[in-house]
Amino acid sequence: MKKTLVIIGALFLAALLLYSCGGEKKGRTAGRTDVRSDVQEAAVKTYVAPGDLDKYYLFKSGGHSGQVYIYGVPSMRHIATIPVFSPYPATGYGFDKESKEMLGGFTWGDAHHPALSETNGDYDGRWLFINDNANNRMARIDLRDFKTKQILGPMPNISGNHGSTFVTENTDYILAASRFSIPIPKGTYEKLEDYATKYKGVVAGVSIDPKNGAMALSWQVLMPPFDYDLGDAGKGPSAEWAFWTCYNSERATGKLEVTSTQKDRDYIAAVNWKVAEKAVKDGKAKSIGGAQVLDPKDVEGLVFLLPVAKSPHGVDVSPDGKYVIGSGKLQSITTVFNFEKMQTAIQKKDFSGNEDGIPVLNYDAIKDAEVNVGLGPLHTQFDDKGNAYTSLFVESAVAKWKLGTWEVVDKIPVAYNIGHLCASEGDTKHPTGEYVVALNKLSHGRHLSVGPSQPEASQLIDIAGEKMSLLYDAFTEPEPHYAQMIKADKLKPIEVYSKEENKHPKAIWDVKDAKIVRNGKNVEVYLIAVRSSFEPAKIEVNKGDKVTIYVTNIEQTTDELHGIGLAEYNINVVVDPGETKTIEFVADKPGVFPYYCTNFCSALHQEMQGYLLVK
Amino acid sequence: MEQLTRKANVFFETPIDLRGRVLILIASLLLVATFFLPLWEISLYSNQFPDGLMVGIFSYKLEGGKSANRDDLKEINALNHYIGMRPLKEEDFTEFKWIPFVIGGVVLLGLRAAVQGKMSKLVDLLVLFTYFGGFSLWSFYYKLDLYGHDLDPTAAVKVPPFTPPIFGHKTMANFEVYSYPDWGSYVMAIFPVLLLLAIWLSVRASRKGKS
Repeated sequence: MKKTLVIIGALFLAALLLYSCGGEKKGRTAGRTDVRSDVQEAAVKTYVAPGDLDKYYLFKSGGHSGQVYIYGVPSMRHIATIPVFSPYPATGYGFDKESKEMLGGFTWGDAHHPALSETNGDYDGRWLFINDNANNRMARIDLRDFKTKQILGPMPNISGNHGSTFVTENTDYILAASRFSIPIPKGTYEKLEDYATKYKGVVAGVSIDPKNGAMALSWQVLMPPFDYDLGDAGKGPSAEWAFWTCYNSERATGKLEVTSTQKDRDYIAAVNWKVAEKAVKDGKAKSIGGAQVLDPKDVEGLVFLLPVAKSPHGVDVSPDGKYVIGSGKLQSITTVFNFEKMQTAIQKKDFSGNEDGIPVLNYDAIKDAEVNVGLGPLHTQFDDKGNAYTSLFVESAVAKWKLGTWEVVDKIPVAYNIGHLCASEGDTKHPTGEYVVALNKLSHGRHLSVGPSQPEASQLIDIAGEKMSLLYDAFTEPEPHYAQMIKADKLKPIEVYSKEENKHPKAIWDVKDAKIVRNGKNVEVYLIAVRSSFEPAKIEVNKGDKVTIYVTNIEQTTDELHGIGLAEYNINVVVDPGETKTIEFVADKPGVFPYYCTNFCSALHQEMQGYLLVK
Repeated sequence: MEQLTRKANVFFETPIDLRGRVLILIASLLLVATFFLPLWEISLYSNQFPDGLMVGIFSYKLEGGKSANRDDLKEINALNHYIGMRPLKEEDFTEFKWIPFVIGGVVLLGLRAAVQGKMSKLVDLLVLFTYFGGFSLWSFYYKLDLYGHDLDPTAAVKVPPFTPPIFGHKTMANFEVYSYPDWGSYVMAIFPVLLLLAIWLSVRASRKGKS
């Protein structure tokens, strides 16, 4: 019965869409008419009826907004935002002592490549890692409560951490790399004219504690001053390897658009992280800037370079781990390297040259195919039927091609200029082959106009059948660079922190324990937030006092959040049910300042308020 | 009249046969089981809580429904404070102290009746249990009634004093409230049934024996 209703509802919606589209055609001026879908079919496939849930979580990076956005697939509804590298008053992130310390004084980050933790090469739903391309940080989000739990960095020696955070198949390491080579350690000055010799690139692994996900600096590898771009970790037979593309093998500076595109080939750097791990253990690393740095000259078998079409972006390992696929975005081919042939070439020392002593493998010996996918190939994902999907930036399309036969079997246009794409569990050992999300760099004409500052466009594509079909357009704040799509049932989130798991030393659970403790100029406030009042509702201090408020939300029910906004003191902290947060400030402005509940809680939410009196 | 008292004497002297004794033993053991089962369940449904807030009343404790994302008893108390109702607290229910004590006593008396096999002891037990059951129900009713009538005059939402339902369904503000006996009560109800059965079997057996 329920199913019938859903179908009827979906058909009704489809009919409505059909009607509105019919009416729209006359007046429509903008938009690409060729990037269209079978409206009825698409509506049925994406309609998630009220009360029903999406099948997948989609985690999109938020680029220079510094955040991560969560969408449901197939509805493409934006569900929530996880603040990571930037303060976010909506959840009070970056205003309480704990998250402030984690942000380390930075007010923005450039969140690029989210990576879900893996066990045996498949998503395990434990953590989401993401890199900060600007300030060389890495963050771990716990998927139990969808909160940022750790930010590592700024990491030593790494500059422009773009080729990050790709995970190895058992989440032993997440990868990091320098996009903007600098003299190291940080703080060193060298003339830009000496770039080619005195500046250093670094690629690195950050270790993950399997118990709690804690990230720690591990090995770093000293590299020529190329611009390390994107990465991927091997799987199965190639599990011990990490790969990064790089551009600017010219080691040029200045106008890179010209200076770094003179050679026909750049490289994919392949690092054996097992070798790196052992070399560090054997004491072969030098300590630079507090990190254990390996020089490839001292460690045999650590790094090799694979020549690839110039200015490559994505390097992606196939689900079986046998192929390494590199895409040069100025060409019309994507190159498939055979991992086994790569191993043979290494054994036979079949090299065509070297860069600062790092062997360059013979291209013809390791290449399996150059697939003619189309213009501007960027990034590749996979399905469960042996197909690869490559985004084509210049052509604005997604090409579907067969691993092994290397033939392009389908192509679908997108609007406009696709960057990355994300297939359902599409970078794991077992992709599910249901959806691809095209993360488009431009969106003009696809949405109601909102002025010059435009959102980005994402398009949902059905890849379950022979032919790909466009299902839905969705928009996001600038700017997603990559996404991860995981089956919803792999996540088991909590919605309330139980009293038992609250380990904050200053948490209190009974309004009777609410109190203000003065110790000289230090004033400690033990504050409780519970429907619909603050206890205490009056805090009196002297000008210049250092005030510390420990606010505990003693609710134990889902969605009963309370906020505490302190007017004109630039403070807004939100506490979830069962959570305690610390607020610190100096009461340097005299007067009377209201504090009130900022996160709607109840019928008497408006009345939930108090006064800070500064004498 | 004399005949009646004689008949009564005969009845009270009736020995309880083996089947009867076993039944009393089973009934007493069943009563022990009520310690582990909720006697009553009150559930509150609303648009905000389509899955219902639940409170189970045990002989010695209150137990709210608990899931990873909700503590029902805490939630009910949080909601009730708006109408000025005192929080439901175990400490406020003296019933939780004396009910388990009495049940224990009844079990011991049951064991005594089973061992001694005397009808008079069995009748004592039945009467005592009936009285205890009736009194407990009244006591809970009185307590709930007190909660519903002893409302804080400074409460944000003023409602006329009320008696929460002890049996059945009632609409209260945005909540549909249901209150029904639970497993513990059903098991308790079996107790007198088994005792009556023991009496009946023993009386029938002794009559047969005489004729």
